[in-house]
Amino acid sequence: METIKLKIDGRDITTEAGKTILEVATENGIRIPTLCHLDGLEDVGACRLCIVDVHGQLVTSCTTQVAADMEVLTQTKTVKEYRRMILELLFAEGNHVCSFCVSNGGCELQDLACELEMHSVRVPYAYPRNRIDATHPQFLIDRDRCVLCGRCVRVCAEVEGAHTWGFAERGSAARVITDLAVDWGAAESCTSCGKCVDVCPTGAIVFKGASNAEILKDPDLVARLIERREHE
Amino acid sequence: MEKQIHIEPVTRIEGHAKITVFLDDSGDVKDAQFHVTELRGFEKFCEGRTLWEMPGLTARICGICPVSHILASAKAADAILAVRIPKTGEMLRRMMNLGQFIQSHALSFFYLSAPDFLLGWDFDPALRNVVGLVQANPDLARKGIRLRAFGQEVISRLGGKRVHPSWAVPGGVNAPLSVEDHQWFLDNLPECKDTIRETIDLFKTSFDCEARGVLGEFDSMYMGLVAPGGKWEHYEGLIRIVEQDGSIVVDGHDPARYSDIIHEASEPWTYLKFPHYVPRGYPDGMYRVGPLGRVNVCESFGTPEADAALEEFRATASRCSGKVFDYHYTRLLEILASIERMEVLLADERILDPRVRAEAGINQLEGVGIHEAPRGTLIHHYKVDENGIIEKANFIVSTGHNNLAMNCAVKQIAKKYISKGNVTEGILNRIEGGIRAYDPCLSCSVHAVGQMPIQVSIVDTEGKLQRTLTQE
Ligand code: SF4
Ligand code: SF4
Ligand SMILES: [Fe+2]
Repeated sequence: METIKLKIDGRDITTEAGKTILEVATENGIRIPTLCHLDGLEDVGACRLCIVDVHGQLVTSCTTQVAADMEVLTQTKTVKEYRRMILELLFAEGNHVCSFCVSNGGCELQDLACELEMHSVRVPYAYPRNRIDATHPQFLIDRDRCVLCGRCVRVCAEVEGAHTWGFAERGSAARVITDLAVDWGAAESCTSCGKCVDVCPTGAIVFKGASNAEILKDPDLVARLIERREHE
Repeated sequence: MEKQIHIEPVTRIEGHAKITVFLDDSGDVKDAQFHVTELRGFEKFCEGRTLWEMPGLTARICGICPVSHILASAKAADAILAVRIPKTGEMLRRMMNLGQFIQSHALSFFYLSAPDFLLGWDFDPALRNVVGLVQANPDLARKGIRLRAFGQEVISRLGGKRVHPSWAVPGGVNAPLSVEDHQWFLDNLPECKDTIRETIDLFKTSFDCEARGVLGEFDSMYMGLVAPGGKWEHYEGLIRIVEQDGSIVVDGHDPARYSDIIHEASEPWTYLKFPHYVPRGYPDGMYRVGPLGRVNVCESFGTPEADAALEEFRATASRCSGKVFDYHYTRLLEILASIERMEVLLADERILDPRVRAEAGINQLEGVGIHEAPRGTLIHHYKVDENGIIEKANFIVSTGHNNLAMNCAVKQIAKKYISKGNVTEGILNRIEGGIRAYDPCLSCSVHAVGQMPIQVSIVDTEGKLQRTLTQE
């Protein structure tokens, strides 16, 4: 494995080629905020929150590999400002009333809002009114709380192999669907394994019957499953 | 020339209200209206949401009464799950409601109302509040503040920091009672009992039967839940309605069928609807709820000290009191009864059982949750689809039931204290006092928030503003 040297936030770092900036930063204790990334799943750069500055260009650190002599800045004024705006757009696009959300207190989106000091949303809210799909006997999806991170899509395909979840439409009409946009309860491919519930970072996919702030999620599940498989 | 006097809004009640007094040509009171002028419309918000969110969502109807809404909502959801919740779950919900009674009644009495009648109705408005009460009677004020704090502590120890969203859930509650909290309740109850005994003594020696007429007296029916045998009840029970003379109009009525006997009328000049007893029509079907309503409908409290105090009260008031001021008296009786009920609950070892929640799916498409909130009977009524999504929600909040009566009280006091167009601040404050006796929660009742300084507008028959009086 080729060893390379680069700088992150002015620190000299030696690492192996082929890793992503996010991986290397994390290994070296440098925090980069993420949302769609989840250990164990393929990175897709969907949420754009992990952007960093590489020689004046903003790139997603989860999908950009390190290179020799790279100079990465994770906390410039521009980077922080862009991250915050991305987050504001995510909030404005949905209906996030945390006070009665199942995920209140255990939500990755909410945590990011605190971490990135998002005090207000400067763009107008879209106030979508998607129907909650509670047709599955154990789970439900409130698409007004979905941030289109695609974790459900990836975990369902990559780990469970069921391919129930997918994306439909584009732009502001984009949404996650089950099978060919049928109600979840009618999606024949769904094995009811519940992995999408555990990895969904927000209150979009949740266990039915859970009340407000009763969040019971387990996003580390994927990394554990993968590790166990590798031991086989 | 006919004049209108607006009092806006009523201070020291929660929410936004406005009073208009209509004067006739000679400056006497012709009519009075109590307006509630804001609306947030929670019933609409609930449509399309899930049943499991309802306790937490409806808790946000009001920052003052979240506990009451959580309990009514959880009960409506129990009905939809068609479960009988575990005994301990019910006992803990009862503890929570009693804690709410104590803190809410203590707030109403010591902070909001006592300044009026213990300091005097015409006392300097700047000090006619709990600050003035602390200066005038520091011992009573301190005890009152501690009593309320106890009620709040019961709520937060049971519900945890997240008492708002998640404690009472469809099927029960989400956490059992800890041994430490159980002990803390036992350790702190005696002081509360002393305080309330002392306050009742002070109250009954300060105000004889005649003095208690200060806010008016009128006939109405009364409504509340009662337990079998006509015992005072706050959490379960059946609907009873009595006449002013105590005779029974309705008894043993299934609360789930409230809509057979209660309808809501609307008026263009207020957002607060007018629930009334259907067979008598509107507005004749006026009834009152809350402390006076519950005390008037019940035969007894079912606990020794509260029953002794009730007997004394009835000795001065007849079987049913119609005095508005007696809301304060009965509020104190209910604090005593709540403390005694807590003692009974805490002495029952089942209260520490860890089984507190029943799990179930959607087994019925409609559910009604009724219980007694401090301010009166609170009704949540939901219709859901097969998957538990709310299709329709209806709330009748405590303050709504008293709407007709509050209008009646305002008119009566205005007639008594305004004559020949003669209006002073002290008189206006008595009108407010007439409303405040009901301890209305307007943020609940129309789901409104916000307060402004008082504004009094005097308007002539042509609608021309003659004079504006403002109070900080
Ligand atoms: S999903 Fe997260 S951010 Fe959205 S309402 Fe729920 S807790 Fe708040
Ligand atoms: S449902 Fe959850 S996991 Fe799936 S895309 Fe939306 S936010 Fe991500
Ligand atoms: Fe309220």
